[in-house]
Amino acid sequence: MNQRNGVSCMSGLNTAPPEASTGAAGENCPLEIRDRIVRTIYREAEAIAARAVRRDRPCGSWEDKVDDLLTSRLLGFPLMFLLLGAAFWVTLVGANYPSQLLAKALFWGEGRLAELLTWLGAPSWLHGLLVTGVYRTVAWVVAVMLPPMAIFFTVFALLEDLGYLPRVAFNIDPLFKMAGTQGKQALTMSMGFGCNAAGVMACRIIESPREKLIAMLTNVFVPCNGRFPTLIALASISAGPAAGPFAATFTVAGLVLVGMLVTLLASWLLSRTILRGEPATFILELPPLRPPQPVRVLVHSLLDRTLFVLARAVTVAAPAGALIWLLAGTSLEGQSLLARGAGLLDPLGRAMGMDGFILLAFILGLPANEIVLPILLMGYLSTGTLVEVESLAALQNILVGEHGWTWLTALCTMLFSLLHFPCGTTLLVIHRETGSIKWAVLGALIPLAAGCLACLAVARAVRALGLL
Amino acid sequence: MPQATDLRKMFNIQPDPEAALVALAGNPNTGKSTIFNALTGLRQHTGNWPGKTVLQARGTFIFRGHKYILVDLPGTYSLLANSAEEIVARNFLCFARPDATVVVADATCLERNLNLVLQVMEITSRVIVCVNLMDEARRKNIFIDTECLARELGVPVVATAARSGQGVAELKAGIDDLVRGRIVPTPRRLVYDPEIEDALARVEQQIPGEIKELFNARWLAMRILDNDRSTLDNIRQYLEPAEWGVLHERFKYCPT
Repeated sequence: MNQRNGVSCMSGLNTAPPEASTGAAGENCPLEIRDRIVRTIYREAEAIAARAVRRDRPCGSWEDKVDDLLTSRLLGFPLMFLLLGAAFWVTLVGANYPSQLLAKALFWGEGRLAELLTWLGAPSWLHGLLVTGVYRTVAWVVAVMLPPMAIFFTVFALLEDLGYLPRVAFNIDPLFKMAGTQGKQALTMSMGFGCNAAGVMACRIIESPREKLIAMLTNVFVPCNGRFPTLIALASISAGPAAGPFAATFTVAGLVLVGMLVTLLASWLLSRTILRGEPATFILELPPLRPPQPVRVLVHSLLDRTLFVLARAVTVAAPAGALIWLLAGTSLEGQSLLARGAGLLDPLGRAMGMDGFILLAFILGLPANEIVLPILLMGYLSTGTLVEVESLAALQNILVGEHGWTWLTALCTMLFSLLHFPCGTTLLVIHRETGSIKWAVLGALIPLAAGCLACLAVARAVRALGLL
Repeated sequence: MPQATDLRKMFNIQPDPEAALVALAGNPNTGKSTIFNALTGLRQHTGNWPGKTVLQARGTFIFRGHKYILVDLPGTYSLLANSAEEIVARNFLCFARPDATVVVADATCLERNLNLVLQVMEITSRVIVCVNLMDEARRKNIFIDTECLARELGVPVVATAARSGQGVAELKAGIDDLVRGRIVPTPRRLVYDPEIEDALARVEQQIPGEIKELFNARWLAMRILDNDRSTLDNIRQYLEPAEWGVLHERFKYCPT
């Protein structure tokens, strides 16, 4: 426990405003004084250290060189996107085949389950609910999500184990400063890539209440594990099979970039409107770059992340599958409830470049983002339940061939997936952490507004320019 | 106003007229806990800081026949921001008024650690700096001139490599010398820019005498100037000084 890892000494300013500014008169004055105090302390510390410390071979080690490269002003960002892009590419290329195998195995299992139920003499409604409702949804979620998750999380965990994430935070810190918030938000944002609920909880590390709120409200703008599989699947569909994994990689990486930009923009807006104040500064300790331990990483990413997220998805997907089956099966005046709901939402969906079923899927997917795509497919199929989607090609067939998806539809769906209300768990966490309903509601409304605006604007622009 | 022993009790320190109170401060990851263990061995208690979910470790050791109570403060980078850890550390130094404060610094990145040393020295002059992880620094070809450092800081400096027990005896001796008054540190004074220095002098003059006796007046003036409400509120809360009203009236707003 007392073991200390070699610390690359990164000095940042270390001060905080007296308290989250509440707009009282004269707040700016102590902050400025605080900055001057801190500057004096740092100057003195530097001067003393210069006299008392001698370094042979300063910055000579390979670690320092790699660190300089990873956090360089010029190459830091390109390298970051290269690494992120590489992670997506590996995921996209690697996930396809295992996905097909899994789907085959799971749908073989469906046949056996059906036989078992028939043999037990189960009534047909129970058969429908269990097999076509619950089992198929769960099987779909597992088949589509498990392989990309297992690969992506492992790659991500490797980067984490390497000690790369704090460097990302270091690179992004100045941008957050410009947005009027704190660099620690870069850390909570990185956590959000794993899970937004975890990211929101991680906002505890931010002391200033104002910046903590900003970080919480904007965490959802980075895609979490639940949304990555959706984005990856849609990206490979919209790029088309001929385009290969590169185009899809670019699409996902681009979306992540958009998410980060929106995070910054939203933070900037918040810190100039309802959460006004000056940013605090902090010390970021960069742990040493270590060669990752593959076994530990694999076990950690599979057990702690993949299985955890999967279990959550399945526990949500199973009842959701039953509910959707019921909604699709219950008819009112000759039309299923699902179709009616979609019909109501259709004009809005069309205006946003999508359609009613897509919007409905997002709304019904509130409990967990993982099930948005399965719900959408259930909605699309007139039987009201999932067909056997064995590969992305089959998925593409349903979306493009049967429901007239264009690249605009895919783009807007991906955008909306990136920018809409967070999942129920995240909203509950926001409520718990802030102790107020108000912030939880805002936490849902702000990203929703951003998403609606973005989709409307994109759909409008594309149609106006006659690109379709 | 509460007695010194009562104040210490508020930090879970049982009064013991025989024992001297020593605080252990430092940045996180400097091997502070290793130093704590090396000094106290198995004579330790842990608990929480009163009213906080921050771990408090206390221990005792005996050196040259004198008893010492050692309190491990939470690891912090500074005493200026307002995390629970920093508030605990700052309040302990201000109100429990330890007889000596050891600031553990990491030899491999001394510069960053000196920020805390300088801030502690503003609150109390009875400081001894322990430059730890000397072994690791040597491996990285970093050499610390402890004599030069002691001269620059104006407080005693001891080099340690606590994991192998190096320098722990010297640290104990240093603490003993400091507590017995055989060493009287003259901490380096931070000189701020002229405008702040002017304002400091003005504020210092206006601090009532009773309060001046309790704190380093320059430090307190700085907190007032900085409108550091957390510190000022805690002063009122812990000390309930009779002249607080005057102070509060005078400095309700930023005086510059």
